[in-house]
Amino acid sequence: MTTEIITAPQRQRRPLILWAGLILVGLHVFAGLLSLIWLPYDPTAMAGGRLEGPSLLHWVGTDRLGRDLFTQMMIGSRIALTVGLGAVAIGAVIGVTLGILSAFATRWLDDALAATLDILIAFPTLLIAMLVVAASDTANLWSAIIALGIALSAIVARLTRILAKRVLVMDYITAARTSGSSWPKIVAIHILPNIWPTLAVNFALQFGLAVIAEASLSYLGLGAPPPNASWGRILQEAQGTVYTAPLGAIAPGIALVSLAIGVNLLADGLRDFIDPTRRAR
Amino acid sequence: MTLIQVKNVDFGYSATRQILSDINLEIAPGDTVGLVGESGSGKTTLLRLLLGLARPDSGSITFDGQNLDTGNRAFMRQFRRQAQIVFQDPYSSLDPRQTIFSIIAEPLRSLKIDGDHRQMVAEALEAVGLDRDAATRYPHQFSGGQRQRIAIARAIVARPPFLLADEAVSALDLTTRTRIVDLLARLSAEMTLLFVSHDIGVVAALCRRIVILEKGRIVEQGETAKILKNPQHPYTQRLLASVPRLSVNEISS
Ligand SMILES: Nc1ncnc2c1ncn2[C@@H]1O[C@H](COP(=O)(O)OP(=O)(O)OP(=O)(O)O)[C@@H](O)[C@H]1O
Ligand SMILES: [Mg+2]
Repeated sequence: MTTEIITAPQRQRRPLILWAGLILVGLHVFAGLLSLIWLPYDPTAMAGGRLEGPSLLHWVGTDRLGRDLFTQMMIGSRIALTVGLGAVAIGAVIGVTLGILSAFATRWLDDALAATLDILIAFPTLLIAMLVVAASDTANLWSAIIALGIALSAIVARLTRILAKRVLVMDYITAARTSGSSWPKIVAIHILPNIWPTLAVNFALQFGLAVIAEASLSYLGLGAPPPNASWGRILQEAQGTVYTAPLGAIAPGIALVSLAIGVNLLADGLRDFIDPTRRAR
Repeated sequence: MTLIQVKNVDFGYSATRQILSDINLEIAPGDTVGLVGESGSGKTTLLRLLLGLARPDSGSITFDGQNLDTGNRAFMRQFRRQAQIVFQDPYSSLDPRQTIFSIIAEPLRSLKIDGDHRQMVAEALEAVGLDRDAATRYPHQFSGGQRQRIAIARAIVARPPFLLADEAVSALDLTTRTRIVDLLARLSAEMTLLFVSHDIGVVAALCRRIVILEKGRIVEQGETAKILKNPQHPYTQRLLASVPRLSVNEISS
């Protein structure tokens, strides 16, 4: 009896984390995809009274111009997913490539790269993104995504470099060399598989950071204009009426947090699920 | 007849500190040679040179009469089929994220060796005394001794004529060590073996010839029996004096 009480939650922990992540992210993916083909209301038109509370017709009420907030939230999910995926993809491709090259580079080149990355990382991601977006004449989503991706790539590169160096000194790398495997092959079959579990968890973290950073840009008025507005803009527009209609500020906040947490749970769960060294023995 | 010939080799990882000095060494095909020396004396470094993983600063290494030229791709491709290594640490020598099959088959794939790889891996597993169905499992599911067997299976799967073992039994407990030494002894009947150890007892049990390395210099080499009976160099004498007699008898019996 006692052993069952102790072991049962441990056995169930992994699938639970995976399911929680899948459901949270799944909801946003569903809402975001659906917003491409169908929306409850026109996001730019008045759909009801101003600042209405939640009702069957308007699930999270309306904003100060009478537009349906749930409609905007759905579009927000799509924007957030685009920003997160886009920024992480850019950050991952540039960062992993630079990190691996750096791990293989000669001493002085590696030192120079490491120092450059440290300086880049010292600048807050948001600041870099703000500068890039402000420099591009039109505030559009892609300039924000690229800016965030580049900012993230420095963090990814530094982590990749450290992880790859740790793998490179392993005897199985030497064994691979004496087995005749080329360096590109060693990277593909030994280094990447051994660093990705840690990288994946980091990517999930970066995803959340990117979504929050984009929301911050929008909040500061540097994001895309409606109808492609993000949760940050909804938040900003609700700011003036936060005491009379708090839902306009609470809803985007909950959406943001639930997506960030969901992605992290998903990454954690997937890692436990796929990584052979973490599977039940 | 020599398989390996090392002539006047010097080597240092940096220009300021020489690790190996004036190494001269010949290994005949089929021979079993023990390389003994204290920690830091340069044993692993010498193996790296013999494997073409590093290049001597001066002097030459020939394999089967050919210069071991690390820059010559065609030669290296050929050479990689000839020499394999087993390491000391059974934990860092197997990629934790690959199945035992992928690990053992890597030389077959990378060296583009013809034949049924599944069958060859199964035979290698059998040769080291492991079950065939070990192939589908992962390294963390095996003990240190079993991992060392897997590492040996990888080293012999492509049937290289030359096997190097870098303290391959040092990390194992006494009974496991004896079993792995037995396994290496059996394998050495068919291949040339260079066996690095700081344990003279194991070397005495396994190796016909012995090479003593001190601070990057070979101070004595010759037939194991002769050298153990009548060591000439003071360093060898000290080394032998520090070995409890018991362990020599125990392991060779
Ligand atoms: N990659 C490296 N870069 C610089 N110095 C190294 C490197 N590898 C080894 N050395 C140095 O070379 C010397 C010889 O090391 P080596 O590993 O060959 O000794 P060893 O005889 O194998 O010792 P052990 O019995 O502890 O394995 C040591 O002083 C070590 O510090
Ligand atoms: Mg060593």
